[in-house]
Amino acid sequence: MAILTINNLTKYYKDVRALSDVSLKLKAGEFVTIIGRSGAGKSTLLRCVNRMIEPSSGVIEFDWKDMRSLGRRDLRRARTRIGMIFQHFNLVSRQSVIENVLHGRLGYKSTFKGSFGIYSEEEKNHGIEVLERLGLADQMHKRCDELSGGQKQRVGIARALVQDPRLILCDEPIASLDPSSSKTIMDHLHRISRDMKITILMNLHQVDVAIKYSDRIIGIREGEVVYEGEPRKLKKKTVAEIYGSDAGDILFEESPE
Amino acid sequence: MMPPGEVRKVFRRRRLIALAGFALIVALTLGSSLVTSFDWPASLRSFPKAFGWMAANFIPNEKAMRSAPKIGLKLAETVLVSVMATVVAAAFSFFMAILGSKTTRPHPLVSLFVRLVASVCRNVPVVAWAMILLLSFGQNVLTGLLALFIGTFGFLTRAFMETVDEAAESSVEALRSSGAPWLATVTQAVVPSILPQVASWILYMVETNIRDATLVGILTGTGIGFLFDLYYKSLNFPSAALVVISIVVVVVLIETGSNALRRVIL
Repeated sequence: MAILTINNLTKYYKDVRALSDVSLKLKAGEFVTIIGRSGAGKSTLLRCVNRMIEPSSGVIEFDWKDMRSLGRRDLRRARTRIGMIFQHFNLVSRQSVIENVLHGRLGYKSTFKGSFGIYSEEEKNHGIEVLERLGLADQMHKRCDELSGGQKQRVGIARALVQDPRLILCDEPIASLDPSSSKTIMDHLHRISRDMKITILMNLHQVDVAIKYSDRIIGIREGEVVYEGEPRKLKKKTVAEIYGSDAGDILFEESPE
Repeated sequence: MMPPGEVRKVFRRRRLIALAGFALIVALTLGSSLVTSFDWPASLRSFPKAFGWMAANFIPNEKAMRSAPKIGLKLAETVLVSVMATVVAAAFSFFMAILGSKTTRPHPLVSLFVRLVASVCRNVPVVAWAMILLLSFGQNVLTGLLALFIGTFGFLTRAFMETVDEAAESSVEALRSSGAPWLATVTQAVVPSILPQVASWILYMVETNIRDATLVGILTGTGIGFLFDLYYKSLNFPSAALVVISIVVVVVLIETGSNALRRVIL
């Protein structure tokens, strides 16, 4: 069952074409990684899904809703079921961990309750439970600017999880983390997709990480999908094609074939 | 690698450019003093005399001390007016900045309008505002207050807008992508992110406004500026000197105080 269907998605920035004719289908609980050079259009693709960037043409269907036809209010409602995780975490760094996690609930609240930050006991308990699962319960009352990068990203994941999402978009989630924190984050995201049946769509720079964790890999070059398939079928030659010929060797030393 | 001859040429060219720049500055100075018939030797000769006059006349004496209570009263009035103008302007600027900043604006046209208003308020000097307002409001405290308010409003709106874009852009993106309502995004993400810088800008503006209020007061006939003008024009130089000294003392005190506050907040 497809949770997200993208058909012929195209995006122009003025006259420059950032995405051309991208079509994808994601199943519930699938872990899909998009690889490609900087500027290939990965970030644009991700942000077109929840319309943080408006697509120029094409169809995006999430959870049986035609995203592009939604009005302001319905778009907000649809977004509550799409979590997003960022390279720079995008937390309110002067607020505590639990406050940041509860921000994930704002989409479900009335403007009044949301504006005054009034959360129910149930929501608070849910937030704490999610933090426990991510191993952050003891940091709950710390300010976010006191945390390490890996911990901050786990707060970002917790904020996405309390949204009760069906899809999580991850924009370079480990690009500013050290290798050990990166592994923790990837393991958590992998578990989320497998155990909670939440679909993950992720932009990634590290090809080896993509191969290790993904169910499916999508290669993008100059806004076009040039590869789509299982990680183990990804050939060295294809990677070289996605990244431009010389980069292939450097990035892909431990190639499977 | 460049051959050594080439390297030497590069350095020689750089030296020549520096020399030409220096010559240009000298020529501009000499040229403009010729055009304005500025007499260098005479103005240099007048320095000792000017300082001598200041030392003889511009020192507070016993008679000046008798006007100290009056000066203190007017100074307090000036400080209060400055603080009031700043705080009220800051409240208005805060809302305008939320409407005008790229990150939180409800519509690009609203942002354009805010920027336009703020720019007009900011780019007309406070003294000019005071003179314009004099015509309609007359010589009173309100005129000075309004002039300071308008200038402060223009400056703080601009400063707050930049603060919002700089400090809150990323968390606003996160909350918007999660479907949070606009107002909740502002109160839960923007306000906590920008509060320390906002407080710092307000403190800075209070300092600036106390200085500007003196100047505005000369025009509107209120506050410490009026008193200075009065003493100066009635040739009561020792009292005028006491006014200047007390302004300096108050400004330094407030600067010290707000620096301490800033260290606590940031």
